[in-house]
Amino acid sequence: MGEPILQVRHLSKAFGSNLVLKDIDFDVEKGDVISIIGASGSGKSTLLRCINLLETPSSGEILYHGENVLASGVKAPAYRAHVGMVFQSFNLFNNMTVLENCMVGQIKVLKRDREQARQHAMEYLEKVGMAPYIKAKPRQISGGQKQRVAIARAMAMDPEVLLFDEPTSALDPEMVGEVLNVMQALAESGMTMLVVTHEMAFARDVSSHVVYMNQGVICEQGSPEELFAHPQRQETRDFLSRFRKG
Amino acid sequence: MNEASDLFSDILYLLDRFGGSYLSGVRNTLILALTATFIGCLIGFLCGVLQTIPCAKTDNPVKRFFLALLRVVIRAYVEIFRGTPMVLQAVFIYYGLPYITGGQVKFNNVWVAALLVVSINTGAYMAESVRGGIISIDPGQTEGAKAIGMTHVQTMTNVILPQAFRNIIPQIGNNFIINIKDTSVMFIISFTEFFAAHRAAVGATYRYFPSAVIEMVGYLCMTLVASFLLRWLERRMDGADNYELVADDQLVMAAGTYNHPDKGTPFDERSKEYREQVKQELNFGRTRGDR
Ligand SMILES: Nc1ncnc2c1ncn2[C@@H]1O[C@H](COP(=O)(O)OP(=O)(O)O)[C@@H](O)[C@H]1O
Ligand SMILES: [Mg+2]
Repeated sequence: MGEPILQVRHLSKAFGSNLVLKDIDFDVEKGDVISIIGASGSGKSTLLRCINLLETPSSGEILYHGENVLASGVKAPAYRAHVGMVFQSFNLFNNMTVLENCMVGQIKVLKRDREQARQHAMEYLEKVGMAPYIKAKPRQISGGQKQRVAIARAMAMDPEVLLFDEPTSALDPEMVGEVLNVMQALAESGMTMLVVTHEMAFARDVSSHVVYMNQGVICEQGSPEELFAHPQRQETRDFLSRFRKG
Repeated sequence: MNEASDLFSDILYLLDRFGGSYLSGVRNTLILALTATFIGCLIGFLCGVLQTIPCAKTDNPVKRFFLALLRVVIRAYVEIFRGTPMVLQAVFIYYGLPYITGGQVKFNNVWVAALLVVSINTGAYMAESVRGGIISIDPGQTEGAKAIGMTHVQTMTNVILPQAFRNIIPQIGNNFIINIKDTSVMFIISFTEFFAAHRAAVGATYRYFPSAVIEMVGYLCMTLVASFLLRWLERRMDGADNYELVADDQLVMAAGTYNHPDKGTPFDERSKEYREQVKQELNFGRTRGDR
């Protein structure tokens, strides 16, 4: 048993009268690679956004090393620095170069000095294969390259958990591979990851745990073998078979 | 032809006799317009930033009350100063303040009054531009910044305002050009800018048209230079259209053998084995936890 980094307890979220997440419970332990799959509109993004407090949950608890981050007095920015996020739409800072994107958080939030931040940023930019592009602005590189930079930016903050919200959904098909490669290497290096994805091959082959969400609840979860080879629930089977057809 | 040469000699005469006062008029106009535009931008940024402080229903009531009050005050300021002529604002402030304070507040220096009026006026216009500039930035930029742990202030100063500033340079330019021209109404409080030089010259010589030609050409020159400088600033802020690839070995790149930036990385499409090998080697320096 590892020590849980995050524990989500009875988490619910409503937008007005629309109950989007209902009583969600799960743990994230060090080294876990959890894939969250499910039809669009089932609340996957909302769950990730609640976990790093981009949305305020309506009720429930999120425990980070046992401490409830929803309690008043907890500084959301300080907590978010430990929980990285990679977005579907990249969200790189348009006014900065690739290198500056990976440095600014280290300098402003972690208070590292410039040289240290630069070296650390370069380390990750090399790992994602973007070192040659450090002088480019986001508008000058392709979608796949942007997403690789976004991953390096998140990693440069040395987060404990990295959240991915459909990181390859906005990419042209030929660029999906390069981003998945980077994510796979990250997973293999022991990074703790929570990945919302429609890439079933990634969920099956890379993750240690798969969660199937349906209409705001966790419908079924388990190891990739359990979930893909022997789904227990009819909803899961229907979802997976729809995916196999195309 | 005769008229043209008459005009020409009149202009020369005016320049000879009043050249100094035209020039100092140009100088005063430029200093006033430039300083007031600058201060106006600061006011505008302040108002724009204050107006866009996020305010959730879950925040405490005191904070929400002050934010609401702030928005009302800024709204009133913008509407009043955008909705009345600057010439009246000048009279109102220059003569009005001493009047209602019984001489307690008065302007010993007409510069102070002129700067105050033009700055506040520009600020009212800029407040709207800045607010628009801020809310037009993709919300993804804010989320990206929040996700790496930036506070609201850090997000504003590092990510949102630089982009908003770039987007509103055209409006700043507009305001600067309008200020160059519209400071001419400051004659009402006896501020001696460029147009005041015209009034002085025609008062003494009655050569209305030749002096007007000088004024037209003078104002046009000032605004053209301003436009040119602003375009330059815009281009500078956008940076180069191209970026240089940074290679370890500059010579190799120059020799043209290095033709793909992904070469030698796991993303090099041409070498599947190499990709596999590097993928194995890729190690982010963490050991996988047990479960
Ligand atoms: N900011 C919001 N305001 C209102 N409704 C929202 C908001 N964000 C998401 N929703 C609703 O929540 C539901 C789940 O959305 P989402 O979490 O994006 O699903 P998924 O990521 O699984 O596709 C949808 O019905 C969507 O309309
Ligand atoms: Mg989504």
